[in-house]
Amino acid sequence: MSFFEVQNVSKSYAAHRALTDVSINIEQGQVFGLLGPNGAGKTTLIRIINQITAPDSGKVFFDGHNLRANDIYQIGYLPEERGLYKKMKVGEQALYLAQLKGLSRRDALKKLKYWFEKFEIQAWWDKKLQELSKGMQQKVQFICTVLHDPKLLIFDEPFSGFDPINANLLKQEILNLRENGATIIFSTHNMSSVEEICDHIALINKSKKILDGNIFDVKAQYKTETFDVVYKGDFEKINHILGADFKILDHTERPHFNEVTIKHLNGTSNNDLLMKIAPLAEIVSFSERIPSMNEVFIRVVEDNNK
Amino acid sequence: MNKIFIIIKREYLNRVTKKSFLILTLLTPLLFAGIMFLPAYLATLDNKEEHKVAVLDRSSLFLGELEDSKSTKFHFIPEEEYENVKNSIGSNEFYALLDIPQSIVSTNRVVVYSNKQINLDVKNHIDWQLEQKLENQKRAELVSRLGVPDLEDQLQATKTRITVDTLKLTEDGEGKKGSTEIAMGIGYAAGFLIYIFVFMYGGMVMRGVLEEKQTRIVEVIISSAKPVQLMLGKIIGLAAVGLTQFLIWVLLMGGIFIGAKSMFVSDEALQQMAESQSVMVQSNPMASEMMNNFEPNEFEKIIAQIEGINFPQIIGMFLIFFILGYLLYSSLMAAIAAAVDTEEDMNQFMLPVTIPLIAAIIILANVIKNPEGQLAFWASHIPFTSPIIMMVRIPFGVPWYELLISVAILALSTYGAIWIAAKIYRTGILMYGKKPSWKEIGKWLTYKS
Repeated sequence: MSFFEVQNVSKSYAAHRALTDVSINIEQGQVFGLLGPNGAGKTTLIRIINQITAPDSGKVFFDGHNLRANDIYQIGYLPEERGLYKKMKVGEQALYLAQLKGLSRRDALKKLKYWFEKFEIQAWWDKKLQELSKGMQQKVQFICTVLHDPKLLIFDEPFSGFDPINANLLKQEILNLRENGATIIFSTHNMSSVEEICDHIALINKSKKILDGNIFDVKAQYKTETFDVVYKGDFEKINHILGADFKILDHTERPHFNEVTIKHLNGTSNNDLLMKIAPLAEIVSFSERIPSMNEVFIRVVEDNNK
Repeated sequence: MNKIFIIIKREYLNRVTKKSFLILTLLTPLLFAGIMFLPAYLATLDNKEEHKVAVLDRSSLFLGELEDSKSTKFHFIPEEEYENVKNSIGSNEFYALLDIPQSIVSTNRVVVYSNKQINLDVKNHIDWQLEQKLENQKRAELVSRLGVPDLEDQLQATKTRITVDTLKLTEDGEGKKGSTEIAMGIGYAAGFLIYIFVFMYGGMVMRGVLEEKQTRIVEVIISSAKPVQLMLGKIIGLAAVGLTQFLIWVLLMGGIFIGAKSMFVSDEALQQMAESQSVMVQSNPMASEMMNNFEPNEFEKIIAQIEGINFPQIIGMFLIFFILGYLLYSSLMAAIAAAVDTEEDMNQFMLPVTIPLIAAIIILANVIKNPEGQLAFWASHIPFTSPIIMMVRIPFGVPWYELLISVAILALSTYGAIWIAAKIYRTGILMYGKKPSWKEIGKWLTYKS
């Protein structure tokens, strides 16, 4: 059994169907990308995991048992729409949230000290939240999320509101948390960050899961058997030898070498193409076009919406 | 530690440790005292201004007879100056001109000329002086005409003044000193205090819930605690703040009462009282009439009457009605705040909740005059008005079974209101975007968690 499992979960609000028979498995130590267009049902799923709402049907398993009330102490959640008490002092506020997550005051103080030193923000302790910039507030909120050393972390758009330097710092922290054994659910619309930190993704559209898998497998699944070849030689010869299995999508002639984009129509192996071209031209570079997560996302969702 | 307790603690400490709370709590009783005493103080200031009134006495009955008061000085003028004074009134030394006609004995009418409306003080003083002198003269004339010996003394002896000592009968048949006026005062204060507390602290609950929703911190908190814990934690935490404030006020008032008692009941203080009375008599004829019948131990009587009031019962019932009434209203207010996104929408939904509160205050004015009437009975049993109206009735004495029924109805309604509010709150707090309709809010009640 996986560390965290959602089995056949459905949820409706009045006439609106938020989740239909969704199942996901998350292994311990994974960074799991939960993707989907706005309104697809991601937030509902996250709320079910946080026990903010209960599913109409289906089951959720956490660390080998049915998800139960006490598990919230093992979960840290950074919501997309987030905020803290504006007029409350940063330190008091962090202590309060930590105590709600089951930490004793003493433990909370100790851990807060560690994090405040790590982020070099000790000077903020007695400041009111409203005196901090938005990015600073986000840092405080991040600390509040991870303070109780949760086994499962849920980050919903964690990088919004951060400048590139702080976003990078945060990314490092998230990866550190994984190193230390935390399992992470990562929900975002920023596909490049998905490629950077996710191991596994699930894509939800219109309340249903439409794609699930290891990030490399998913990308491989959506590759189009298209190759970019840079070579020195005669284009006509290559064009002639390729035959019906290949289609030339594009070609450009340059002073020293030429470029050609070829689609393999019923591809068996990349080497087939290489071996055909190699005798006729000197190959400078040969690469297969792998779709980015961005392209996969758009294609899958658009296909699904048709 | 229990989560609801953590939430209560935050709400409580967050308010109580603010300087503004301490200042407001200590200043409010002073402010109230100020509101009560300031007009009296201002009135005494005003009295120091002298008003000279020119008098033309055509009847020759009052010459030299009219007594000056602190603020009103009479100055008799001869008839030759009359036109002169009348034409330049306001610009000369005179404030007004009193014209006493020859026929005053039969007509009982005089005319006062002035360039602006004369103040009540001066008018009262003129009234009172003329009435007194004329009455005395008429009576003296009558006494001498009838020629009955000692008539003057006998007439004097007919003057009667009744003092009604109200004794409330207790269970053991003993009479307890009571005072309708004091019961009214306490009932009014208690009812009004509940109204203010419910509005003030209910409003705090409402703004707090809306703040949590608007800042979106609620999403973080309810991933740690249940929504109903957050709602009740806030409500109970703020109730504790209210009770703290009330307790401080009770202690302050108690201190003031004991202080006042030791001051007024001492001989020295009575001396002072007498002096200040005489000042009042001089400046205000109405007061003098009252004061003439005011025995020196009247203050002791008032103190005794205050002590005759069953304060433990009133305070105990106040706490019960305040807590239940506050829970009833504030839970509904919390539900409303959770259902909306903006303050404007909130105010719109508030109307159905504020109407019964305001109605209670309107009914209060009626009930205080007739605490035994039909209106008083019903309004003190209907849960939305009972916390206020019952408090008005209690100082007049309410049978225990009525109290019990009223509290029971209120407690049940409060329980129902919290149940409904929790359902609305739970769904509403996570809903952003469009303003819900009453119908939608109704549907939320049927949602499963």
